[in-house]
Amino acid sequence: MASLTIRNLVKTYDKTEVLHGISLSVKDGEFVVFVGPSGCGKSTTLRLIAGLEETTSGEIEIAGRTVNNLEPKDRNIAMVFQNYAIYPHMTVRKNIGFGLRTSKLSKTERISRLEEVASILDMTELLGRKPSQLSGGQRQRVAIGRAMVRDPAVFLFDEPLSNLDAQLRTQMRLEIKKLHQRVGNTIVFVTHDQVEAMTLADRIVIMKDGHIQQVGTPSEVYHQPANTFVAQFIGAPSMNMIPGTVAGGMVRVGSELKIGLGLALEEGRSVTLGVRPDDLHPGGAASLVEGKVTVREPLGPETLIYVETEQGEVIAKADGKSPPEVGEHVKLNAEPDSIHVFDGETGTSLA
Amino acid sequence: MAVVGTEIRATSESLLTARQPRKAANMGQIIRWLLLFAGGILMVAPIAYMISTSLKWPHEIYNLALIPDEPHLENYTYVLEDGRFYGWFVNSIIIATITTVSNILFDSLVGYTLCKFRFAGRYIIFIAILSTLMIPTEMLVIPWYLMSQALGWLDSYWGIMFPGLMTAFGTFLMKQFFETVPDDFIEAARIDGLNELEIWWTVAMPLVRPALAALAIFVFLGNWTAFIWPLIVTNSVEMYTLPVGLSSFGDEADVQWELIMTGAAISTIPTLVVFLVFQRFIIRGVVMAGLKG
Ligand SMILES: Nc1ncnc2c1ncn2[C@@H]1O[C@H](COP(=O)(O)OP(=O)(O)O)[C@@H](O)[C@H]1O
Ligand SMILES: [Mg+2]
Repeated sequence: MASLTIRNLVKTYDKTEVLHGISLSVKDGEFVVFVGPSGCGKSTTLRLIAGLEETTSGEIEIAGRTVNNLEPKDRNIAMVFQNYAIYPHMTVRKNIGFGLRTSKLSKTERISRLEEVASILDMTELLGRKPSQLSGGQRQRVAIGRAMVRDPAVFLFDEPLSNLDAQLRTQMRLEIKKLHQRVGNTIVFVTHDQVEAMTLADRIVIMKDGHIQQVGTPSEVYHQPANTFVAQFIGAPSMNMIPGTVAGGMVRVGSELKIGLGLALEEGRSVTLGVRPDDLHPGGAASLVEGKVTVREPLGPETLIYVETEQGEVIAKADGKSPPEVGEHVKLNAEPDSIHVFDGETGTSLA
Repeated sequence: MAVVGTEIRATSESLLTARQPRKAANMGQIIRWLLLFAGGILMVAPIAYMISTSLKWPHEIYNLALIPDEPHLENYTYVLEDGRFYGWFVNSIIIATITTVSNILFDSLVGYTLCKFRFAGRYIIFIAILSTLMIPTEMLVIPWYLMSQALGWLDSYWGIMFPGLMTAFGTFLMKQFFETVPDDFIEAARIDGLNELEIWWTVAMPLVRPALAALAIFVFLGNWTAFIWPLIVTNSVEMYTLPVGLSSFGDEADVQWELIMTGAAISTIPTLVVFLVFQRFIIRGVVMAGLKG
């Protein structure tokens, strides 16, 4: 029912195009997360869906109905803002009830709806308070409550957790996920935090400079990144990128032939090999890259080592008990099937 | 116990003295106190003389002594029993109140529009409004008068009030204050289904209450004490406002200062009430409380 479809969405601010034709379709009840660096157009996309900005061109469809020319209030959406935007002069009860002002429910239905939402969010005791008497997490919960009472077709969240401290953020993240499992509405959630995206999303939309880079499940974008940008944006620490060239069905890194390619690529083509630090380890006779250890970061069970190689600095994971010393020369190796191959010029995946 | 007491005193003393080196503090403080004292005298003296004069007999009023020889309340009885004073008082209350309400509504409506909506000519309109601040009232009085005459507004409430029902200053003040209201509030309300007028009234206005209170005080006081324009536009004694009426106490040859001062003393009461009612809003800034903590 409440699916969301965007077709070729373009947004221009004073002749500067900031969204260059975004297309996406979100299924009913799906939790979709837009992620990307600051300024890539995530909020703009969300505001276009909400109707807070006018589309320059393209089409937005909510529950099978084109909403381009509808006011925000007629789109059957609710939005939660980064700054919460709950009204400081109203109590929690009034703030949450605010979302029902224009609904056609009777007074008793409104009250029971409000109380239901308050109990789902565990806020029943706080209904009489003013926002100034609430903590950051509670304020954000009020904002979510105000969005929930209307039971909208689509929930829009614009970085709702980024003003919370780290611990609270993790907690609220879990709560939002549970909430989604419980109420099952379609959610479009925007964040710049890839961990948030990975943990919350059914599907992730990765954006950069007003373009969608990849759409996929968390596992897909992690294991089969479409290009070097996605590969480096998802996962921490970032994937190592090692330049190489194709030579006789193998890839040459530096002066040596290193790995066999499962692909037929023309001779001499430049490629980029991507290896996650998790998959790159010291030891073994053969090596993908080698160099001196410059920094060690012990994480307990493992130790991250930063290695200065001819191909640039790479990060690898070593055993936590007996990691190589700083200054030691190490050979780093990875399983061939954990190595991603990207085009050297465009960065697109060649897998 | 005694030991604890002295310890506390010692600490608080050292805290006090630790703030500044003692010598510099003394000199600087003396100068500061003197300046404040002089300022205080300047502020209080006229009020003290107003009250003092209102308690004097006519033969005493040019005697500068602050304490009257024979203080009495005859002037108050006279002024309060004089029907004219009561009429002027009511005129002033009506005019100042309507003008204040009008400014609160319309200055903020225009300020809000200029601040939160993007439309062609918005900047030009803002500059045009601001530029009227540079025209002195004295210059406008004659055009206002001619206009009132042409439209039959002379000697009426409307005639007294119309130039001040909206002010450029108030519009500017409100526009600047609405800048501090984050757009998120407005957009959230828009999504919640309020129309633009409802958003202004139920969301934006409560968030700028301190500014509204300040504006109310300014406008009320300004109109309460306005003199030139009400003097010009009114003809009949019944239409006088308080300041115009008070200045007419006595005849041309013999100004009755003790009555004027008595009327003035009484007329400060509403201004005090207005100030006391509105100032508590000024102290409490509320905008930030709904945002990130
Ligand atoms: N009202 C606006 N006027 C002009 N440019 C804007 C406006 N809003 C956003 N932009 C520009 O659009 C781009 C995308 O912004 P935004 O969607 O807010 O990014 P994100 O939310 O991903 O950080 C940015 O380059 C930003 O400067
Ligand atoms: Mg944003």
